[in-house]
Order: sequence, then structure tokens, then C-alpha cells
Amino acid sequence: MINSISLTVNGVRRDIALPDPRVTLLDLLREQLDLTGTKKGCDRGQCGACTILVNGRRINSCLALAISHNGADITTIEGLAQGEKLHPLQAAFIEHDGFQCGFCTPGQIMSALGLINEGQAGCDPERIREGMSGNLCRCSAYAGITEAVLDVQRTLAAEKERRVA
Amino acid sequence: MTPEIRLTESPAHLRHGANIGQPLTRRDGILKVTGKAPYAADRHPRGMLYAVLAVSSIARGRVTFLDVAAAKSHPGVVDVMTPTHKPPLAEDPDAKTNPFMFRMELLQSDAVRYANQPIAVVIAQTLEAATEGAALLTPTYETLSARVGLDADESFVPPAVGPGHPPIVEHGDVEAGLAAAAKAIDASYETPAQYHNAMEPHAIVASWDGDKLSIDTPSQGLAWAQGRIAGLFGIPVENIHIRSPFLGGGFGSKGLISGPQILGIMAARLVGRPVKLVLRREHMYGPVGHRAPTRQRLRLGTDGNGLLTALEHHAKTVTSSFDDFYESAADASHTLYASRAIRTSHEAVRVDTGTPLFMRAPGEATGSIALESAIDEMAWACGIDPLQFRIRNDAEVEPISGKPFSSKALRECYTKGAERFGWWERPLSPRQVRDENGFLVGWGMGTATFPALMFQANARAVLRADGSGVMETGAHDMGQGAWTALAQIAADGLGLDIDRVEFKAGTSDLPDAGIAGGSAHTATAGVAIHNAGAAVIAKLADLATRDQRSPLFGAGNAGVIARNGRLHRRDDETRCESYADILRRAGLAEIEATGGGAADPVAQADYAMHAHGAVFAEVKVDPDLGQIRVTRMVGAFAAGRIINPKLVRSQLFGGMIWGMSFALHEEAVMDRRSGRIMNPNLAEYHVPVNADVPSLDVLTVDEHDPHVNPLGIKGVGEIGITGSAGAVANAVWHATGVRVRRFPIRISDLLMAG
Amino acid sequence: MKSFDYVRPASIPEAVSAASAPGAAYLAAGTNLLDLMKGGVSRPDRLVDVTHLPGLDRIEPLADGGVRIGALVRNADLAHDASFAKAYPAVAEALLSGASAQLRNAATVGGNLLQRTRCAYFYDVASACNRRVPGSGCDARQGENRLHAVLGWSDACIATHPSDFCVPLVALDAVVEIEGKGGRRNVKLEDLYRLPADAPEWETVLEPGDLIVALKLPGDASDFAAHARYLKVRERTSYAFAIVSAAACLRLERGSIAEARIALGGVAAKPWRAHEAEKVLAGGAPNGETFRRAAEAALAGAKPSGDNQFKIELARRIVVRALSLAASGTPERIPALPASPFSSVPGALHDA
Repeated sequence: MINSISLTVNGVRRDIALPDPRVTLLDLLREQLDLTGTKKGCDRGQCGACTILVNGRRINSCLALAISHNGADITTIEGLAQGEKLHPLQAAFIEHDGFQCGFCTPGQIMSALGLINEGQAGCDPERIREGMSGNLCRCSAYAGITEAVLDVQRTLAAEKERRVA
Repeated sequence: MTPEIRLTESPAHLRHGANIGQPLTRRDGILKVTGKAPYAADRHPRGMLYAVLAVSSIARGRVTFLDVAAAKSHPGVVDVMTPTHKPPLAEDPDAKTNPFMFRMELLQSDAVRYANQPIAVVIAQTLEAATEGAALLTPTYETLSARVGLDADESFVPPAVGPGHPPIVEHGDVEAGLAAAAKAIDASYETPAQYHNAMEPHAIVASWDGDKLSIDTPSQGLAWAQGRIAGLFGIPVENIHIRSPFLGGGFGSKGLISGPQILGIMAARLVGRPVKLVLRREHMYGPVGHRAPTRQRLRLGTDGNGLLTALEHHAKTVTSSFDDFYESAADASHTLYASRAIRTSHEAVRVDTGTPLFMRAPGEATGSIALESAIDEMAWACGIDPLQFRIRNDAEVEPISGKPFSSKALRECYTKGAERFGWWERPLSPRQVRDENGFLVGWGMGTATFPALMFQANARAVLRADGSGVMETGAHDMGQGAWTALAQIAADGLGLDIDRVEFKAGTSDLPDAGIAGGSAHTATAGVAIHNAGAAVIAKLADLATRDQRSPLFGAGNAGVIARNGRLHRRDDETRCESYADILRRAGLAEIEATGGGAADPVAQADYAMHAHGAVFAEVKVDPDLGQIRVTRMVGAFAAGRIINPKLVRSQLFGGMIWGMSFALHEEAVMDRRSGRIMNPNLAEYHVPVNADVPSLDVLTVDEHDPHVNPLGIKGVGEIGITGSAGAVANAVWHATGVRVRRFPIRISDLLMAG
Repeated sequence: MKSFDYVRPASIPEAVSAASAPGAAYLAAGTNLLDLMKGGVSRPDRLVDVTHLPGLDRIEPLADGGVRIGALVRNADLAHDASFAKAYPAVAEALLSGASAQLRNAATVGGNLLQRTRCAYFYDVASACNRRVPGSGCDARQGENRLHAVLGWSDACIATHPSDFCVPLVALDAVVEIEGKGGRRNVKLEDLYRLPADAPEWETVLEPGDLIVALKLPGDASDFAAHARYLKVRERTSYAFAIVSAAACLRLERGSIAEARIALGGVAAKPWRAHEAEKVLAGGAPNGETFRRAAEAALAGAKPSGDNQFKIELARRIVVRALSLAASGTPERIPALPASPFSSVPGALHDA
């Protein structure tokens, strides 16, 4: 039996044949859709390198069967920048040196985007650290990661204030 | 935009040219934040198949059966590579013609010498099929009892430790020093096996075209990898093209090409198609090296003034049953403290494990946590503040060799770090301080040190008629920032704006940049770049100063300086000419020159060369539950010239967190009976998460070192771990009054002692 | 991973029927199951995907004042549901102390209840494990067992249940609603799990095909809202399994404890309800002396299963601390580090 699913990936609808139901969203993105920005660090939900947004929420794509996600709206790191214009999180990660080797970085940024969408952390560095703890960084660029997320959160908070005022 | 991060007291002083010393953001930053930076496993050549390792579940014995038929019958499986079905090799994988050539398991026999050793490779059309094929091999074994742990067997004195150091080194009479001591301590410390666990698992995509081989694989040493592959497959080095533009972390585990990477190449050879082989996380706990466990005994004595009369550091470690690598832990005591007598020694036992290898600050980190703990214990025994004790025993010359230091701003690190941290408020006795919520608060410190090494590298510089430049060296960026820091050196070397320089690195067809290890890559490749730049500028100057039509005519080589794409007369800077004009008039599209970087043997003979630092840590400990949190760390480092303070800050932070992790988190747990690692994953092999990382502060102290190399660079990749691990351990003692001598410190250690 | 048939039933009865076959397993988010399948620990022949079943993703009030939570409600959604978190703060705190934000966004309520042990010997398919392969032995018993069970274990199995979520649920008398071949039934969560005895492979009372469709908290479970905490000691600040954890819920009346609920995590093959400790607490004064007696009662039957004596003392101290924290009142907002000892609130007792 050949199953097929349809996904919206970074705004583009894709119809995908899935001859093997074992394929995870992560392997689908990386090996079939040529979206290799999403990384595989552990393949077991223990490192966060594979973090993507599914229907706006951050999840570990390594522990998600593609076949179970028919109809899902997926955002990967490739879908963040608008042309040459970086997403504010991407720019902040560069500015605050929130990475070294860069391998965990797509997952960190997607996780940070998820964290911002969740609206729980605000500008509290401790809540940001806790909320970003599902993304390991062996280079340990955590200080820069926290600064980058905080920077974007503060900018968003300031914008919100301006709109209210 | 955020304000520039001021790391140094006076950045301008450290500036070499217009680029060196500047906190540039990473030049590969956009690639990395957009997911476009290509790592090896991202490649997908046409017709590629997937290979997955099958690994042994026993630690010693032999494989008696592999159910190849079951694996092959799984839909999608193309072939199964086994000891009896594999392409021939030109060289025995167990041959060892130099100490840096480590034996690897390439299916040369059915023998098993450690758990997680590769025993077969399944190749399939899909990753899913290859993975299941490997599971279906269900091997049977003839099992011998595993030798596990530091007491597994009779010990011996290794022939050499670390990168060829003597196993026993003596200076003065330690026994006499201890006998004469007013106070003495004798303490043993244990450190566990640790695994590099780079976020990127080792990966290779290999394609053969006849006898030509194209590879994508992360490498900290392209030329060495090329040489090893050439030997194993019996092909010329120039037939091998390796791309390694980005490593997803290395930490030493990608310094030498590993067995599994070679198996990927063999698999591609076997099936005649491109093959991708990526290690599963659990496969990284065996064939790709680790930091060996140690048991270290330190005996220290002091006179009535708290000056060390003797320092003995003995380290017992393990190596594999079939190869030799010995963690040089005791060598950490050679450099820092001015004891009248020092003796360092090593012993080892052979156990059934993958061969230990270099892991970030190999020997230095392991030895440092024991030494810095012992120094702390000695200071307490003397009733002296631990920083005061260290300052009192600070070495004016390298204690073990008697050589002067090429430079050593450790005193400034001590004082500036202490000031930033507020150290002098610290009560001498432990368990004195609580925060507003009742948590125990402790402050500890440690001295950091790491040798300033130089390897060998080459670079090629080109100036083009359009006024731009090219700098080429096969350098490796594993996160330290080679793409940026080396480009900064290149720009200054060529006298060009950095955006006018095309910096090429990360492939094996470029000049050999040496190995990215030993914290020496920026220094080594940087000096090669600097020299190549100087050489091509000299050629250009030659063209100009010999040409009557040039405003520089007659200035002589020594009489011009290169800046912003122009040569200026040194004695009259208004007389200048652009590179483009000089080349155009000479009718040249481009000129090129090469340069090398290597250690200066004279300077090395005359000076002890080390980076230094002081790390201060604050921990909070729950008095009832024993849970520990590091709340603050300050590191002050003197590491010669800083090329890019932004990247250096990140490197030093990373090292400090590794130090914290050494003290509190990392440990591979091995089953005593089976020799299997029971936590080969990132859920239970703990590395710090974001919430573990406290407020970090780094400052660098100016250091002008004319001896280490022409650029005065000492390197910052590893020093951050040393000192930090001990600082955290000492802070835990200061918080609780419990001295834990087995690392990582666990909740149970504090709970059961308290 | 073994090949499997993928089935996506349209209704609960269809699901039950499809999952009744030998070798079938339910797939919800898969955050635990796929991990186990990748490790070869689970090798189902058929996955019955219940994630598209209608009506299982709702949080609904019950007539008795309690709440019914559909089995497919995601952990994060439950924890962040404002009225749920207000009524059952210890449950929300436990949820937020588990795993990572990514996993909580995916993992379902039903799946979390059936989370398998993290015992390394269970995960390591080369090791003997009675839970994974009945009758094969228990390599953990003489192995690396620093973190294993101290309550309710047997020589056949010393594994612990890893869930945080289930600990306060058990304390609050949660009930699971199960649909099986024989229709729908309710089982107290505490009774869903079986202790290993000599058959550790029987982890729950579920029969083949049984599907957890909802979780219910009774009306009186919210009576503890003002004094309810979850506390979890672990070896890194976040994203780690508990060494030991505790949920403590108090109903205080006129300065004394009218009713108490205590459960422990990480100590047994099931979330461990400390009924004896609750009896000690009832009617007592909310002070260190009472809490210490309760802790003694909670761990009265504890014994080390290996190199884990320390967990008994740790568990006692966690009970005392969790009770102290509960007594000093549920914080307005879940702390930045949920369930961490470092998320102290003013007035929390140390060295209690």
C-alpha cells in the first residue's frame, strides 16, 4: 500500500507519496524534500536540533511520523527569511553570537520562534533559559542564545507598547 | 543593534591591522542561521544509497553469526558488508606506523574488542531500510569476560602520554619536600569516561569515480585524513577530494578520520554508488574516541609560609586492549605552581573499550580538576585564602623546566577576575553563606592554563588586477570561527578591506592548514596566512619599486606599507599606488605567493609558552536536597593577541561551561559486567542545558607575546575548561563543607555526607 | 525500525477493533513509542493512529465540579489552560517540569499515562529485562542501579515510572476512562499500573485493544488548589528525568491540615501514592514536625534495590520540602523553573 500525504511546507503545498510509513517528518524533510536545514543530532527527541513548527508549534520532527501529519502546516528554518531579509531572530543570533558550529542553530531558532509564539516567557531571562532547554548546544553558546531571544522579545514588547500608546 | 562587546581593557592596543582585534560577527553567520550552511550529512549526490552500521553488543569476543539473509530480505536492502564481503584494503587497519595513526575496525576480522564496535554495514535504498536491515542481522557471539574499570587488570607505565610526553617527570626531591613540609595533604580524585558528543554525528557521503574519491565529511585535519584514506585504499592523495566547510562540532573527535567514516567509503566502493553513512547517537560511544577515566593521587606539602615544598601528581588511566592513548592528566602540574619539588607520573591498564583519544583539553582538563581541587584543599589546610595561596605559589619560571615564560599575565588575571567577581568578600570557611531563600552559597576558583602550541600550515595568497585578493588554506571551522578570524588575518596580511578578500577554506585541495586542535589553529593557519600575505605584498612591492613609472619607484621593499589596497612609501605616505594600478601596468592578471606557519624551534627551546587564566564560580546548593546550580562564573584570561573578541568570548564561555559540565554533569556509565555503556544518549549522558548556564562574564587581559609566533596568538579553544572545572568543584565545597573527590559531583554525594 | 501496517481508524470502535490484534499498538504523538521503536525496544506490526479521532482533544467541566480531559489533549495545552492550571496547579507544574517544550507540545495526555520506564536495561536490547522480554532476567538488579526503585520493586524488576504528570494525578485520585472490546469503563489511575511482582511485563491493567479516551479529575481535586506543589530533583536544571519527585496537596482549615495528598515519582514502577503519610498529616499542624512524620510514613516500606540507598533519604526530604512549599501556598504563577528546588517562593522552608 502506498500512502500519500499533503503538507504545506514553508507556505507551499506539497503532495508527497510515502511508500514507507516509517519515515519521520525529519527524514522526509532532509532526504526527500531537500530541506536539510533541519538537523538530526540524536533522532530520539533528546537534543532539539530537529525542531520545526507544525501548525505554529515547535516539536521534535525526529519523533513525528510523516504519515500521521497529513494536512499539517510546517515551517522550517528555510521558511524564515523573506528573500534576503533575515527574520529578527536570525539577525539577533548573528549579532549576539548565539552559535558556534551552527549545527544546533536551525533548531534553536525554530525553538525560539515557537517560544515566542507560546507567549509564556516574556522578557524574563530565566523563563527563556528554561523554555530553550530542549535545545542542546554542545559548543555551549547558551549565553548568546539567551541574549538573542531576549533581544527579540524586548523589541516585540516595545513595539506592542508603542501600538498601545 | 547592540553595543560592541568590550572584552579587552583597551582593544586598540591589540589591533594589528584594520581587521585583527575587531569583534566582527561571523562571516558564515547568515549561512548558519538560514540553514544553508552545508554539513556533510546534508549532501545527496544522485543515486546515493544509505549505509547504517551494525555494532557489537559485547565488549570482548568474536562474532559467530550474522543473519545476512534476514537483512538482505528486507525490502530496500542492497547489500551487507561483512568481514567476508567487503572491498579489499591496501593497508592493514591495525598497522601503526606512527603514534597518531590509530587502529580502527574495518571488518578486518570477526573479533570484537569493545562494545559498539562496528561489525557490519547494511546498505539500502532508504535510511529506514538500512536501519532495519542492521537490526535484522541479530548477531550471535562467543563472549569473553569484559575488562572494565581502572582496576580491571595489572597496570603498567605507558611508553608516552598524551601527544608523546614522557610518562614520569621529576624536578627536585618530592619525598624530601613532603618530609620537610609543615602541612601536607594526600588526596585521590576520580574522573569518569566522557564522550565528545558533538551535536553533529560523524557523517560521510562518499562517491567513487574509478580510483578517484570524492568525500563530504567533517574533519579537523583534512590533510591527515587524506593521507590515511590514501594509505588504506592504495590511491594517490591527489585522487581524494574532501569537503569539510563546516563541522557540527568536533572537540577532538573529528581530528583523525575514524573507522566508521572509512566504512562509509568502503561501502561506496562495494556497491559502486555514492553512499551516505551517518552515525546514530549511540554509535558515537565507541569507535570515535572519548576522554579516558582517571584516578589521580595528589600529595602536596607546604612550609610554614604556605609555600609548596612538594607537589606529586600521579594519574592512573585506561587505554584500549589494542592501541595506545594515555590521558596525560598529571602533566597539568608541570606549569602552574612553584613547588620546590614536583613529580608527575602515569600508569595505565588495558580495558575493553574503544581507544580513548583527544577530547577538548585532553589531559589538561582532567588533570586540572584534580590539581585545582588539591590546591584548594592545601590552601584550606594552611588556613590561607585559596586565591592568596595561588598567588603566593605562582611560578615566575616554568617549574618543571626552569624556562622563562614567553609571557604570563596570570597575576593580572587573578586580580582583575577577583575584582570583577568580588572575591575578596569571601569567608575563608565553608558553609558560611546563605542566600535570601536559604540556599547554601559557595565561591570557588581555579587557575586555567593551556600550552600555546603551533603546528604546521601553508597558505596561498593571490592579488588580482581588479584590486581584490584571495587567501587559500584548507582550514577547518568547527565553530571556533575560522571563516571569520582567519579572514581577518588574511585581510590584514593582504592590506585589503575584508570584503575585498575571498577567503577559501575547508577543502582538501587547498594548501594544508594543519590540524584544528590543540587550540593552535588560529595561530598556525593564521601565521601561514600572514606570511603568505607578506610574501605576495613583497612581490607587488617589487613590481612597483622597480618600475620607474610608479610613484613608489626606488622605495625599496622595506620602504612600503600596504593598506586598503594601496602601497604607500613609508617615508612619505602621500606617495602611493593602488594594487590594481601596479598589476595593470605590469600586465599581470594576478600575482601569487605562498607562506608557511610553524613553530620556531629556537623560541620553543628558550621559553615556556602557555595561556593562563583565573576562573571564579558561585554555586548555590539546596541544603536538604543537594541539588546544585552554578549561578555565576567569571573568567579572566591572558591568551596573547585576540583576533576577534566576539568569537573569543564565545569560545571561552563554551570552555567554562564544559568545565562546569566536567564538575557536575558528564559521565558515561559502564556496566561493570558487560562493558556496555548504559547511557549512550543525550537524555542520560548529561551535557548542560540552557537553564544550567548562569550569568557568565569573561575578560581578557592584554598580553603581547613576541615569542609564541609572529602574530602573538596563544589560542583560546581549550583553556576555558581548565580552571573552571576546579572552580565549580571548589565552590561546591565552599558552599557545603563537603569535599567530593569523585566527578561529576552528584546529589547523593552531598546528601549522604550532610 | 520494523516495518508496520499503518491504520488510521475513523472512530473509537474502529480503533479498538484494529488495535485488538496481536502486535498492534496505538500511535498518538509517538514521542515515546517512536523512541522505543527506533531503539528496537518496541517492534509493533501495526500502528493504529488515533491522532485523527474526533472529540478526544477537549477539556470539559464535569457535573461534580471536576474535569474531563480528552486523551489527545497535548501536555502543553493542558498545562497552559488557565482554568485547569488554576484548579490543579500541581498538575500544571508537573507537566511543565517534564521533558522539553517541544515534547510537551506533541505529547498527549493519554500517551503520557502510558510512558514506559527509562531503565537503561529496559532500553538496552542486549540486556536481560523481564519487562521487555518476560523471563529473560533483570540485569539492572546487579547492574548500574543508582537511580532505580526503592518502593514496590521485586527481584524481577526494579524499574521506575518516569512520568511527572502522573504523580500529582495519582495524588488527586484521577480516573482514566477506557474504551475496550467490552465497552467503556473507568479505572482509578493509581490502579491502572501494576507493580512488577513476578510479572513485570504486565505494566498496566489494560487489555489488548483498550484505548484510554479520557482522564478525569474528581470535583474535590480542586479543593487543594491553594496549597499544591510539585517538586522534582534532577541532575541538571531542566530537561532531565526525576531522581525523585513529589506532589504535595493540602487542604488547610483554620490553620490545620484538613486533608492531604502525597505522591512520589521516580521511586517505584508506578507513581506512588503515600496513603499512610496522608493519614499522618490529616488533622495535624502544617509544620516541620508533622511533615517529617509524614515523610517517615511515606518511606516506611522503602528499601534499596541496589546502589540507591540515598534515594530513600532524598525522598523523605522531598516529601518534607514539598509539603512545606504547599503549606506556604501555591504561587500566583508557575515558577520560571517549574518544580525545581531553585524555584523557591518567599517563606519556603529550608533545612526543614
